[in-house]
Amino acid sequence: MSDRTGKISGINGNMIVAEFEDYVLQNEVAYAVTGEEKLKSEVIRVRGRKADLQVYENTEGLKVGDNVEFSGELLSVELGPGLLTQIYDGLQNPLPQVADKCGYFLKRGVYLNALSYEQKWEFTPESKKGDKVKAGDFLGSVPEGIFRHFIMVPFSLRDEYEIVKMAAKGNYAGKDVIAELKDKKGNIEKVSMIQTWPVKLPIKAYSEKLKPADPLITKVRIIDTLVPVARGGTYCIPGPFGAGKTVLQQITSRHAEVDIVIIAACGERAGEVVETLREFPELKDPRTGKSLMERTIIICNTSSMPVAARESSVYTAVTIAEYYRQMGLNVLLLPDSTSRWAQAMREMSGRLEEIPGEEAFPAYLESRIASFYERAGIVRLNNGKIGSVTIGGTVSPAGGNFEEPVTQATLKVVGAFLGLSRERSDARKYPAIDPLESWSKYKSVVNREHVEYVKYVLRKSAEVEQMMKVVGEEGTAMEDFTEYLKGEFIDAVYLQQNAFDEIDGATPAKRQEYVFGVLHEILKSEFTFGTKDEARHFFHGLRQEFKNWNSDPWESDAFKNREKSLKERVKKQVKDKG
Amino acid sequence: MRKVYSRILQIVGDVITVEAEEVGNQELAEINTSRGKSLAQVIKLDGNKVSLQVFAGSRGVSTGDEVRFLGHRMQVSFSDNLMGRIFDGSGIPRDNGPSLVDSMVEIGGPSVNPAKRIIPDRMVRTGIPMIDVFNSLVVSQKLPIFSVAGEPYNELLSRIAMQAEVDVIILGGLGLKYDDFLFFRDTLEEHGALSRSILFIHTASDPTVECIMVPDMCLAVAEQFAIKGKDVLVLLTDMTNFADALKEVAITMEQIPSNRGYPGDLYSQLASRYEKAVDFSDAGSITVLAVTTMPGDDVTHPVPDNTGYITEGQFYLRNGRIEPFGSLSRLKQQVNGKTREDHRTVMDTMIQLYADFKDTKEKLAMGFQMSKWDEKLLRYGDLFENKLMSLKVNIPLEKALDLGWKIMAECFSPEETGVKTEMSDKFWPKEKLAAERENREDETEEEQEEGPKTVEDLNKQE
Ligand SMILES: Nc1ncnc2c1ncn2[C@@H]1O[C@H](COP(=O)(O)OP(=O)(O)OP(=O)(O)O)[C@@H](O)[C@H]1O
Ligand SMILES: [Mg+2]
Repeated sequence: MSDRTGKISGINGNMIVAEFEDYVLQNEVAYAVTGEEKLKSEVIRVRGRKADLQVYENTEGLKVGDNVEFSGELLSVELGPGLLTQIYDGLQNPLPQVADKCGYFLKRGVYLNALSYEQKWEFTPESKKGDKVKAGDFLGSVPEGIFRHFIMVPFSLRDEYEIVKMAAKGNYAGKDVIAELKDKKGNIEKVSMIQTWPVKLPIKAYSEKLKPADPLITKVRIIDTLVPVARGGTYCIPGPFGAGKTVLQQITSRHAEVDIVIIAACGERAGEVVETLREFPELKDPRTGKSLMERTIIICNTSSMPVAARESSVYTAVTIAEYYRQMGLNVLLLPDSTSRWAQAMREMSGRLEEIPGEEAFPAYLESRIASFYERAGIVRLNNGKIGSVTIGGTVSPAGGNFEEPVTQATLKVVGAFLGLSRERSDARKYPAIDPLESWSKYKSVVNREHVEYVKYVLRKSAEVEQMMKVVGEEGTAMEDFTEYLKGEFIDAVYLQQNAFDEIDGATPAKRQEYVFGVLHEILKSEFTFGTKDEARHFFHGLRQEFKNWNSDPWESDAFKNREKSLKERVKKQVKDKG
Repeated sequence: MRKVYSRILQIVGDVITVEAEEVGNQELAEINTSRGKSLAQVIKLDGNKVSLQVFAGSRGVSTGDEVRFLGHRMQVSFSDNLMGRIFDGSGIPRDNGPSLVDSMVEIGGPSVNPAKRIIPDRMVRTGIPMIDVFNSLVVSQKLPIFSVAGEPYNELLSRIAMQAEVDVIILGGLGLKYDDFLFFRDTLEEHGALSRSILFIHTASDPTVECIMVPDMCLAVAEQFAIKGKDVLVLLTDMTNFADALKEVAITMEQIPSNRGYPGDLYSQLASRYEKAVDFSDAGSITVLAVTTMPGDDVTHPVPDNTGYITEGQFYLRNGRIEPFGSLSRLKQQVNGKTREDHRTVMDTMIQLYADFKDTKEKLAMGFQMSKWDEKLLRYGDLFENKLMSLKVNIPLEKALDLGWKIMAECFSPEETGVKTEMSDKFWPKEKLAAERENREDETEEEQEEGPKTVEDLNKQE
């Protein structure tokens, strides 16, 4: 903490102006002092002897003339064992502990340690005295739930160091010194298990960033098959209110094949976070047999919490994601909703009286969104291990119209676009991802040509449907009508998924590949129908059977029998044509 | 005693700027004008220039008027004495009763720690089938009624309030027509509910700024009761007026508007009110029902749009009915699995059939041929709209479910609805079932085995 101070000379919402004597650092943390309370703030602009600060709390009661204390530090998070299972606010305040201390309501100016300084961890050295190390290298490890949590050389150390002291295997608390490192000049750095890192800077202690190639399996068929996401890639989920963005994220947070999930509830409903934090401890992660909470971290700055901290919450979340990536883990970050973060920027920009861009968003909106998503990626660490951060953010466009600045800026930078449509959600076709509008640059889990063919059928089917609205069923050619039915069939049996069905709700890649193959085969069959009613009748029977098949356990007898019966139905119809 | 200032530098809209020192942000002040006293709140500080929002409006404020700062924020008295009382947006009695000044609490306080919330699971019974059966209302839900001007939204609100079994009803009127105010008051009185109600009423002819205070006044009081273990229902009508008042002030303050003149923080402003809805882990609850009129019947208008992004669903009120499509209670699944075993079945099946009816109606309008199945659907749609959808219907959930079965049985065979056999065996009206059995011969083996599962199937097979 530095001892530089300033005095408040203006207050406008959560922005204050402070006059200072000495100097200030751009983006340093400062505290506005009112009575007993010290309110965390950040310097966001400096002009002459005046600094503009955004306050992360309600500014009620602050007065002109009140003191401001500058800290000399950038807004940072604490990184170390014990992050998993935590529920933090946007400034990394542990909310359950805040509740223990303050009761029902949040209290401004209360900042608790993000990690316990008392809890002991069983430390095992991974390096030894004399080893040469640099930022990010593993010094040792502690077991954290189901993971081996590596204790690394702090990312802020820039040099190459020699380990001059290494703690023996044993139990240590977070701030105990576990190693001493010497730089080339002979300076000694004492290292503990907890380090800090400024949230707005990406952690770059790796040897190279790779191109995302492997699919990240979400077990949501329409995603993995049609609009896949990649490990270390980025995607966005824009959609009007109530279209199913949050539910889709909740589904992926349960089923996605990653090591760690970080949920960043940014400016959305508190109730939704409560669902996760009450349910996850009870839900079993099928991969580990442990509770889902053990692989989850929740950062929550819901819509009635202070706006400035909403902006920082996404950075807090991505920094923690990068930290676990540095251990060679695959992390999935799910911010809901990035639009609220953009709005927080807009509010602040307005108070700073910056020249507004479209819909009053600041001119730097695009670059901020781009650099945020840029923090996703798959990297090769210094020790050769691979780790990744995948980001899948929701977007809440005004009026549900994708032609707005946040959606557009996001679409420019992400690798996959999972657009939700009001029409589909109104028709209760879940997940309501529009299969024709959405796109992805990543590799599907199923055969590419098959995907192309299915997309073709879907497009054709949609066209016929439009046409039928004008000319009616009577005026539609049999061939077209069949294409239409095929499209409906794909939608009903493959794209839609019942999130509440244990088996249908999560389809592993292997099963998708197999089932999609069967589906493709069916679609390719040359059906001839005498009447439209016959055609419809056939497809509806087929649909019913296929849906039931979706709920049969993989490779069970029921599964095999149903498959046989499906194929027979098809064969019969194809043969029947003569 | 705090200093009195009498140098008003500027008056723009309802915002005045005065030179003063030692003033806290959001502090309250009292202005003595020729029209009497008015409260005002600090909204901006720049050096010794203090900008205040005058609750009673700036009309008649003179540059020489006295401003006295009170050293605290806007407060509201909280005690059981509030019951049955009526106030304006500044907390001044509108009913000839005494002013209340005991145990004052600040309004617009901090939000509830999410870790202190629980997953809500208690249903609010309203006696309105379109709510109870199809979109159950849940204790602690925040739900707006999206409506076009002219719809009976206030009647709907008051009906729900009368029916709901809550401890306290708090009504916030925002830009309320005086007639509507009287309507609410009289209805509460007639049903003997006034004694457990508290009204904060801003009418269309009252100063704009007071409109902004109303939700906070209501919710601050609600919060206190909830902490004491009470279940509180807060009714706010009409939140579009609240948003418009915010817009007016923002424009006065020369803020850059983001969308159709509304300030960029409209979402946060609305959210900080709606998010007060809560079910406490070991105390009471707050349920918020609000009216949001949609200018031009346009749901993408910034007010309904932002509201939809905040609330837990919405009821669309159109042509005097709660629309089954578009209306959504996002919390319904927390309760409708525990009411009666056929609840979800009736809900899903009837809506599905109603969707099919809508399709048929469209076909009819286009002049396409009507099949036998279409005729059945038309009959069904008619019955559904008149017997269940009408807001005149007032029956408990169980009766509504029974009625649902009856309507379906009037029009279809059980198979045609796609209801699972175990359900129809149990709930399908018995006499219909018997008649059904007799004239069923022509079904093929295969079909019986598969059994069309969804209604859609049947529709298409017909
Ligand atoms: N996959 C799904 N399966 C079943 N129901 C769903 C599904 N997705 C959404 N729903 C229904 O839609 C409702 C709204 O979904 P959700 O909360 O995800 O919307 P949203 O897009 O996040 O909306 P908002 O922008 O307002 O937050 C849910 O409460 C649920 O009833
Ligand atoms: Mg959502």
